[in-house]
Amino acid sequence: MIAFILKRLAVAIPTLLVLIILSFILMKVAPGSPFSGEKAIPETVMKNILARYGLDKPQWQQLLEYIYNIIFRFDFGPSFVYRDRTVNDIIAQGFPVTVKYGFFAFIFATVIGVAMGIFAAIRHNSWGDYLAVGFTVGAQVVPNFVLAPILVLVFTLWLRWLPGGGWNDGQWNYVVLPVIALATSYVANIARIMRSSMLEVLHSNFIRTARAKGMPGWQVIVKHALKPAMLPVVSYLGPVFVGMITGSVVIDLFFSTGGIGQWFVNSALGRDYSTILGITILLGALTIAANLVVDILYAWIDPKIRY
Amino acid sequence: MLVEARSDVVATQEGTEAASTPVKGRSLWHDAGRRFLRNRAAVFFVGLLVLIVLFTIIGPYFAQYTIEKVDWSILGKVPALGGPSLANGHFFGVDQTGRDLYIRVIQGTQISLVVGVLGSAVAVVVGTLYGAIAGYFGGRLDSAMMRFVDILYSIPYMFILILLLIIFGRSFSLLFVGIGLVSWLGMARVVRGQTLTLKNREFVEAAVATGVKPLAIVIRHIVPNLLGIVVVYATLLIPEMILLESFISFLGLGIQEPNTSLGALISEGAQTMQYGTFWQLGFPLAFFVVILFAFFFVGDGLRDALDPKDR
Repeated sequence: MIAFILKRLAVAIPTLLVLIILSFILMKVAPGSPFSGEKAIPETVMKNILARYGLDKPQWQQLLEYIYNIIFRFDFGPSFVYRDRTVNDIIAQGFPVTVKYGFFAFIFATVIGVAMGIFAAIRHNSWGDYLAVGFTVGAQVVPNFVLAPILVLVFTLWLRWLPGGGWNDGQWNYVVLPVIALATSYVANIARIMRSSMLEVLHSNFIRTARAKGMPGWQVIVKHALKPAMLPVVSYLGPVFVGMITGSVVIDLFFSTGGIGQWFVNSALGRDYSTILGITILLGALTIAANLVVDILYAWIDPKIRY
Repeated sequence: MLVEARSDVVATQEGTEAASTPVKGRSLWHDAGRRFLRNRAAVFFVGLLVLIVLFTIIGPYFAQYTIEKVDWSILGKVPALGGPSLANGHFFGVDQTGRDLYIRVIQGTQISLVVGVLGSAVAVVVGTLYGAIAGYFGGRLDSAMMRFVDILYSIPYMFILILLLIIFGRSFSLLFVGIGLVSWLGMARVVRGQTLTLKNREFVEAAVATGVKPLAIVIRHIVPNLLGIVVVYATLLIPEMILLESFISFLGLGIQEPNTSLGALISEGAQTMQYGTFWQLGFPLAFFVVILFAFFFVGDGLRDALDPKDR
């Protein structure tokens, strides 16, 4: 197990370095600079600005210092656009918001999805099953940027139950719509995966044996069928996590929740390169970490898996 | 599973009456075709897809406006006058800036389909070859190639794609490159896994014994036997590619005006929905949903038909 974890880490760390170097190079080859305005800046001033941000050093030294600062001091440097803020400040402001509704959406998607999948599998070919399958197919083809305005239209404009945007320090009624908009398609996917793997497990011999020895139905499900049937869902949790991070861009833009996605798009449009770079690397690192955790979890549940 | 029998893909219905006539070989593709045709939903959605494609080809001849022509008589009164109407030639109504939605939806559908099919085609070509070579040759080469896929897989490509589009400006070709770059990774993994189980089979052994060169074995013997899983995966990949493109378009980084895609139309329609102009969301969304539904169902049908495990 330890060897396995070390092996996975040996992949994760180079991946992270590739990500940092790749985004860094992209930033460097980007045309235009955040300091080039309509008015030409005197040469001495420009020199001072470049020195202030460490841009006068050779490229390789900038890259090494950048990596060093991230890894050992968790410092992403100053923002190029907001003169009084560092990238760390921006992340500290946006990230907790994203984490909060992302966490709820993740739990929501997993619990509801798994429950719905089990239900549909047990009642295979019943009306409940068809309803669940219909929902999973329907939710798959409605992307979150379509679902979000529809939710606002129904719950904010027509029913007037919930606020259609804003964050208000994470008061519960401001969190509900973002969570639903973010989680729905993953509820559907998890339910679909859970249903088909549960059906497969329920047809296997050891379940028949359990039934034959007179075990009550629900106990068969909980004690024997659940764990093997969960395997495909666990391996899907990595993509779910990634999707939630990506989806947060849509949620932040649409609901103005002020999360990291909003900062990403704003700084991208404002060419605030250091902020985009910082956010990309942070989210990339999270993605890599999530995949790592899922892999380890998977190996732990299923001892047969060894890469 | 004989490759030579692939010419019988077209299914015949009289499979049960075969006893009276000389026994005809039943290949996997033959069986799969019959199973697929028995799946009503899948066949229905294939028909629907054909209709949609025909519509995007024939539809433009009936359009009375171009994609960028602004109808000044309606502009400014869009919620009241811009609805779908046969009388003024705006069959699907107009968008917020008074442009004909009928021709824009047709163009959006074309673009979305092209993006989906091309993205999937890249995955088929690159992913299949890559996965088959890695799986067949195994050893060091395999682990190096798959590590490379692992690394690419765990990079949050969506952010890299957004970065690319912002830095180098929005362009259709760049969007294709970006979508193509990420689409083949999953395919390579699936194909590699399948190749691992295939390469120890007797027909490969026979080919090795008769002195066929390794690369020729991959192309002539491994890849054709992978086609089943590749077809299924590619069909299911198309809607994912369409969703990816529509997400990029939602952020305003996709295709450039006056050209449009279904994703761009939907995001415009969703923003103006509260003014009561539901047709601006409804028509593109309907096409979008039907296309995605169709590909999902067809993919599912193909999987049921081609995957011997589910029989």
